[in-house]
Amino acid sequence: MFDIPIQALMGQLLIGLINGSFYALLSLGLAVIFGLLNIINFAHGAQYMLGAFGAYLLLNKLGLSYWWSLLIVPIVVGATGVVIERTMLARLYKLDHLYGLLLTFGLALIIQGIFRNEYGSTGLPYSIPPQLSGGKNLGFMFLPNYRAWVIVASAVVCLGTWFVIERTKLGGYLRAATENPQLVQAFGINVPRMITLTYGFGVALAALAGVMAAPIYQVSPQMGSDLIIVVFAVVVIGGMGSILGAIVTGFGLGLIEGLTKVFYPEASTTVIFVIMAIVLLIRPAGLFGTQK
Amino acid sequence: MTPAERARAEGRLHRNVFLLMVAVLVAAPFVGIYPVFMMKVMCFALFACAFNLLLGFGGLLSFGHAMFLGMAGYVSAHAAKVWGLTPELAILVATLCAAALGWVAGLLAIRRQGIYFAMITLALAQMVFFFSLQAPFTGGEDGIQAVPRGKLFGLIDLSQPMAMYAVVLVVFLGGFLLIYRIVHSPFGQVLKAIRENEPRTVSLGYDADKFKHRAFVLSAALAGMAGATKAIVFQLASLTDVHWSMSGEVVLMTLVGGMGTIFGPVVGAAVIVTMQNYLAELGAWVTVVQGVIFVLCVLLFRRGIVGEIGNLLKKSL
Repeated sequence: MFDIPIQALMGQLLIGLINGSFYALLSLGLAVIFGLLNIINFAHGAQYMLGAFGAYLLLNKLGLSYWWSLLIVPIVVGATGVVIERTMLARLYKLDHLYGLLLTFGLALIIQGIFRNEYGSTGLPYSIPPQLSGGKNLGFMFLPNYRAWVIVASAVVCLGTWFVIERTKLGGYLRAATENPQLVQAFGINVPRMITLTYGFGVALAALAGVMAAPIYQVSPQMGSDLIIVVFAVVVIGGMGSILGAIVTGFGLGLIEGLTKVFYPEASTTVIFVIMAIVLLIRPAGLFGTQK
Repeated sequence: MTPAERARAEGRLHRNVFLLMVAVLVAAPFVGIYPVFMMKVMCFALFACAFNLLLGFGGLLSFGHAMFLGMAGYVSAHAAKVWGLTPELAILVATLCAAALGWVAGLLAIRRQGIYFAMITLALAQMVFFFSLQAPFTGGEDGIQAVPRGKLFGLIDLSQPMAMYAVVLVVFLGGFLLIYRIVHSPFGQVLKAIRENEPRTVSLGYDADKFKHRAFVLSAALAGMAGATKAIVFQLASLTDVHWSMSGEVVLMTLVGGMGTIFGPVVGAAVIVTMQNYLAELGAWVTVVQGVIFVLCVLLFRRGIVGEIGNLLKKSL
């Protein structure tokens, strides 16, 4: 067990932390949407993929850099989320929540199918922005600048979201509407608009994760579909009760996955699902959840 | 009409529709419909009926039913090819394996409800997918190919298309009748009660978790029977059948046909398999078309085909 070189261990931990950043960003978006809309956004993986393709297209068709993508793509993809919420999801709130899941699953199939027709299944490369190329030698390992940026940026976005929801007045309205939308509406707050914007924000988070992922993973139509299933398991493990829980679980499970790659690579694809099974047996509500 | 009379009239109606379905299935190969196509429809129809037992009557949306279809397919292909079992034994062994897998998966999944249930089953199915990708006996990306159809009871050669067709017909009708029986048994009534109002059912003294778990195992076993038969018919068990998109397809079949109806999943499976057959040359557009059907069904057409017909006739089909 101790004959593993420190470079390999640190390398895998770094990859784990990177994966964990994306788990955290995506499960955070799912948790925010679920809190207010009570639906699981199955299209989240497809919207993450849209983010990566958005960055790719902006660079190759319009010549806009990574930094412009980071700003434009979440806004545009978030806007499509607003349209989806207004035209489709809004009709389903009175029905069983499962219909929301089925609708977003259908949307995911449509989005992925269209991109697979257009770009095939092979991944497209997206180069690291020049400002972040290269890396630092930390003595025990080599840290590429871009990866450090992804970890820091996603931690900042996650904590920022947490701060807005848990510590500001706007977040207070949001949490109140999660508990009792009728009462909040009676106080004169436009709850339907808040729901729409919340969905748009959750989708924008997924797109932002997609832009950040583009230089690390290859940009491909199915990049989101396998990831989103892992993120679902992350959500079940963390429980959707708390924002901070989603963030901590995301990073933590990324690290555990990285460690598994070092010590028992065969299990690295399934370790998160095994942890989910164990958590369900011991604490069905999830680590940070409260059973209703 | 008293409730008893109404139930009897409904029973007669179901019997007549059932006989019509049997007639169509028996006649199909004789009027020039390709038998392999019909066998595919029947395998998927059984799969969708098994799924509908859980969703339509238990209110539990499993997004991981491909794990039972696919795993049973692997087991039956392995049993027929490597162990040299006769097809009926291969199907039996595979069905039991699917039931065992369902027992474990159900135990975990019923600990949460609603969309959590869907996410947990999906995650467990993904675990089974990765297991199938890596385990030595599944053949990885290649799957198990050239599975012998073998001889039924060691006597009847199933490489004859009509013999195979008869076996699939018997398996499908047997599974269908079993599901009908389950739905109309006291067990099925309790299941429906749990779907409608779980706390009240619990307060009446029923152990809801136990009923849900049993329904899950039954559904898994029947889905496995469909997968096992499918592997023998197509002489192939592959990763396609364990992939999450297969779990999505069975949801779509049930939704299109009408969830919670008796005959809906059969119609839905026939529609979707036919569509895939005709749109096969469109490649990835099939996914887009399926997605569009999903969206349209959810937004405009929630009762499904059979549900809409039943609503027009004011009968439950």
